[in-house]
Amino acid sequence: MCTTCGCSGNGHKLTAFAAFKKPASTAGITLEGPGVMVEETPVTNYSPAATLTAPAPTKTVVELERDILDKNNRLAERNRGFFEARNILALNLVSSPGSGKTALLERTLADRGDRQRFYVVEGDQQTARDAERIAAGGAPVVQINTGKGCHLEAEMVRQAILELKPASDSILFIENVGNLVCPSLFDLGEACRVVVISVTEGEDKPLKYPDMFRSSQLCLINKTDLLPYLKFDLEALKNYARQVNPALEFIEVSATTGAGMETWYEWLERKAREVCI
Amino acid sequence: MHELSIIYSILETAEQEVQRHGEDSMVETIELEIGELAGVEISSLEFLWPAAVAGTILEKAVCNIIRPPGKASCGSCGHVFGIKQYFDPCPQCGSHWNEIINGEELRIKSLTITCAQPAVAVATDTN
Repeated sequence: MCTTCGCSGNGHKLTAFAAFKKPASTAGITLEGPGVMVEETPVTNYSPAATLTAPAPTKTVVELERDILDKNNRLAERNRGFFEARNILALNLVSSPGSGKTALLERTLADRGDRQRFYVVEGDQQTARDAERIAAGGAPVVQINTGKGCHLEAEMVRQAILELKPASDSILFIENVGNLVCPSLFDLGEACRVVVISVTEGEDKPLKYPDMFRSSQLCLINKTDLLPYLKFDLEALKNYARQVNPALEFIEVSATTGAGMETWYEWLERKAREVCI
Repeated sequence: MHELSIIYSILETAEQEVQRHGEDSMVETIELEIGELAGVEISSLEFLWPAAVAGTILEKAVCNIIRPPGKASCGSCGHVFGIKQYFDPCPQCGSHWNEIINGEELRIKSLTITCAQPAVAVATDTN
């Protein structure tokens, strides 16, 4: 059964593009911490009468104290270790649907693909349309379809990177499922989380969806070319976002016109240097 | 609806634990700790729970959820205060720089497992 949505079968599927083959089956790892067991009803006495009755049920209290998302968190750390060892900058791009994540990636790959190796993992409930757009630009890409699932998990990314085999000194973009709520809880092993918001959305989104803005390090404000036609207060958006996360950085961009994209590329270069170990 | 993922993660952990206690083991009680800032909607969790655990070792389990309230330490003045939302300012200095001390817990605290036929019965003759 799918652990994401409970549907039958694998739940999510992986589609490789170009020269990439289907992955071999990847056995999940079992991670267990020490549980402290406290026996409540130990059998301490023996008497002939006891042999005539069925054994009393035993009751055991296991003081687990384990994070509910322990398995995902450990797999995410494993992904993170892989990225760090290979000097790969992994970024988790999150946003509501339609903010322009794929367009931003297309532009980035087109502008910088000649001087930087990029890899892309695309997450969507259905279709390989986004991966097709990315593949058209020449970057290696794997599409994860989550089925009914609303977010990517570390294990899905692990399978995708087994498929992608990203080279050292590269940048891996993980485009999460368009959803400002669910992906916030699931660490994928990324170095940074980048939340994308477009100016056609409300300025108060950071207050309405605080978890995502709290857990991100960079906020890309996209579609700034549309500002003249909208009543959108950029400073109000930044102020709301800073209330949730005072450390959040902002870059204003337009993936359509290219405005502000140089600042984004400089940020990428800086982060790629920082990830070096 | 990530609450379903949360339930399946809980179920997976519970099944691992129950397997150690032999066949016919069931979970009688499960105690969860889900902080008020943890990003989990309890009403969704409760709504999904019965369907998600049907036919599993958690089917008959009583699920107790402890909800630690949010508590933050102000990064500017050090004041410790109750926080309902991440954007609540420090009531003493108004700063939004804060460190969450409590309220983000997302934990399985304990499981009470019953076993009808104990895997190991220890009989001690006290005579």
